[in-house]
Amino acid sequence: MGAKKSDRRQFLKNGAALAGIAAGVAAVRSAGAQGLVPQTRQSLKNAIDQETKDTYEGTPGPAPGQAFDAIYGVRSRYETSGRIGGVGAFHHGANGKFNRPFLGAMTPLQDVMGHITPSPLHYYDSHGYLPPDIDPKEHRLLLHGMVDRSMIFTMDDLKRMPSVTRTHFIECNANGATAGHGADAEATPQITHGLTSCSIWTGVVLSRVLEMVGVQKSATWMLAESAEGTRFSKGIPMEKAMDDCMLAWGQNGEAVRPEQGYPLRLISPGYEGIYNVKWLRRLEFTDSPEIAQRELYYITTVDEGKFADHKARWFRFEVGTNSVITRPAGGQKLDTPGYCEITGLAWSGAAAIRRVEISTDGGKTWKDAELQGPVVPKAHTRFGFPWTWDGKETVIMSRSTDEKGQVQPTLAELGKVWDVSADYLRTHGLGHANAIRPWKVSANGSVYNAI
Amino acid sequence: MRFNNSLVLVVVLASCAAASAQTNKYANVGKTATPEEIKAMDLTVLPSGKGLPPGQGSAKQGASLYAAHCAMCHGTTGKEGGPLAPKLIGDTTFERGPVTSWPFATSIWDYINRAMPRYDERVLKPDQVYAVTAFLLYRGGIVKEDDVMDAKSLAEVQMPNRNGWVPAALEDIPNLKKRAGHNGQYPGPDPDAAAKSK
Repeated sequence: MGAKKSDRRQFLKNGAALAGIAAGVAAVRSAGAQGLVPQTRQSLKNAIDQETKDTYEGTPGPAPGQAFDAIYGVRSRYETSGRIGGVGAFHHGANGKFNRPFLGAMTPLQDVMGHITPSPLHYYDSHGYLPPDIDPKEHRLLLHGMVDRSMIFTMDDLKRMPSVTRTHFIECNANGATAGHGADAEATPQITHGLTSCSIWTGVVLSRVLEMVGVQKSATWMLAESAEGTRFSKGIPMEKAMDDCMLAWGQNGEAVRPEQGYPLRLISPGYEGIYNVKWLRRLEFTDSPEIAQRELYYITTVDEGKFADHKARWFRFEVGTNSVITRPAGGQKLDTPGYCEITGLAWSGAAAIRRVEISTDGGKTWKDAELQGPVVPKAHTRFGFPWTWDGKETVIMSRSTDEKGQVQPTLAELGKVWDVSADYLRTHGLGHANAIRPWKVSANGSVYNAI
Repeated sequence: MRFNNSLVLVVVLASCAAASAQTNKYANVGKTATPEEIKAMDLTVLPSGKGLPPGQGSAKQGASLYAAHCAMCHGTTGKEGGPLAPKLIGDTTFERGPVTSWPFATSIWDYINRAMPRYDERVLKPDQVYAVTAFLLYRGGIVKEDDVMDAKSLAEVQMPNRNGWVPAALEDIPNLKKRAGHNGQYPGPDPDAAAKSK
C-alpha cells in the first residue's frame, strides 16, 4: 500500500498539474495497470477521496465551502443564486406530526441564463405539502372513466412508448404580481415574476396514451389526480388533453425533480401551473368537472367596477403574453453610464413569441428587441436590446406580442379588462397579471420597480 | 341462408378483432385495469353525486368527529380558522368560508374524503365523512341538525351560493368561445377578432 501510495504521489509530482477528476482517474489507471476501465460509482468516489487526501495532507485542506462531487456535480461556491420564498408557517400540534413547513419558492429570474431554468431553480408551490417520496418501480398511472378500455401503466410501460422532448414554461396564476411585494420599489424580477420557469420536458404525448384507452366522444373533461398526501385533483378540458399535453418523466436531461412531480408530471403547456399536475397517478374521463377544492380556491373576484357583483370567476386556463426585463432590473445597480445590453424573457400561454419591443423612455417610443432562438411555442424566449445608458434617470420596459396577435397590456390596459383602475391593481391581486413591468433607472444607477 | 348468415357474422367478428388489434399500436404496453384496481384508486365525486359511496351520517354524529379531527386547526365552531387553516363557515362573499360559499355540497365531501385531516388523510370512513359534512352544513345553516346525509340527499342539497360562480353552468366552463377568449379573461380578448386582425 505504501509503495502504491508513493507511486501515485510520484506520478502526481511528475505528472503535470492535472486537477480534479482527470488526476483522480489517471491515478486509478496507473495503480490498476489495466488501462482505463469504466469506474463503478464507489471506486470513482474512493479514488476522489484518496486524491483529496493526498492533495491536502499536511495542508489546511480545501477552502471552506469548496465542494467537489465526481458522482453528481455541484456548482462553484462563488455561485450563490437560489430560490426564495416559502411562507415559513409551521404546523403546530402536540404530537409533533405537524412540524412541517409551508413550501413554495420563486425562481431567481435575474440570474437565469438563456431561456432554460436550471431544474434546482425551477419555481414550485406545493401549497403546504412536502413532495411525496415515490419509488418509480411502485408508481402506477390509472386511466379510466368514459373510456373503451381502462388501463394501468407502470413507468416502464410509458418509457417504452415513443417519446418526445419539448421546451415549455410553467407559470403560476399569481405570477407578475402588481400588488403586495410585487409593488415594492425594491422588488427584483424574482419577486415580481419568479413564479415562471422553463424546462425541457421529456415524455410521451398524452394523446398517444389516450388513443390506447379510447376516450369516448361524450367525455368533456379529464380529471388529473396527484399522488401527494392530499390527492390534489384538477380538471382539464378534453380539448386541451387531446391537443398538446404530455406525460413527462424527464426534465432538462434528467429525471423530473421530486418537487416538480417525480416520477411523472402532466404538462399542460401554456395553462396555469395547477393544470400541470405533479406526481400523476390517475386520469379519469368524465362529462362533468369535479369542482375540486383548488378549483374553488384559485378564483378571481373584483370589488370595483362592473364586475363587482359578488361573484367569482373560476377556471381560467391560458396565461397571457408576458415579458420582463431581467437586466438591468429591480434590485440591481449600474455602476457607470455606458453600454449595457437590456435582456429579459418573454412568454405566452397561447403561442410562440412573435415580437418584443423595448422602451427606454418610459413608454414614449418603442424599438424591436432581438429574439434569441430557439423561439418555440409556450416557452420562455430570451430577448436582447443594445442600450447605452446616458446616466440620466429613465424608465425601461418590455412589451411582448405572441403569434396569435395578443399584445402585452400596460397596467391600465389590464385594468380595463376588469373595469378597474391601475391603482386598484397596485393594491389588489387579480391573477394572470401580465402587465408591462417598468423598471426605473435612477441617476445613481440603482434600478427600482415602478409598476 | 342460415349458413351464409353465420359465415357473415364470423367474418364480421374476425374483422372487428383485427381492427381492435390494429388500434393497439403499442403491444403489451400497459394492461387492462380490473374493477378492483379502479375501485382501490378512484376517489372522484362529481357534483351530480356520482362517485359517492354508500353510507350516511348526521350533524349530531359529526360534532364529536369534528372536535377530534378538525377543530385543532379550523377552530371549535368552524368559524374561527387559524394561522394554518381557513375558517370553514363564513358567508357567501368568498371570505374563505368554503362551506357557505361553495356551490356544491359534494365538493365538501370530496375534499374531506381525499385530503383531510391533514397528515392523516383518508382515515375517515364514508359514514364519518358524511357525518362531518352534515355537521358543517348544519353549522353553516344549510341543513337541519337531524338531516341525514347520504349519496342521494347530499347531492340534492341546495347551496346558498350556487349562482355565485361565473360561468354558472358547468357545461359552459370548458367552452372557451362562450368564455370570451382563449385567455380565459372576462370579458377578455376575442380569439376570432385576434385571428381576423392578423
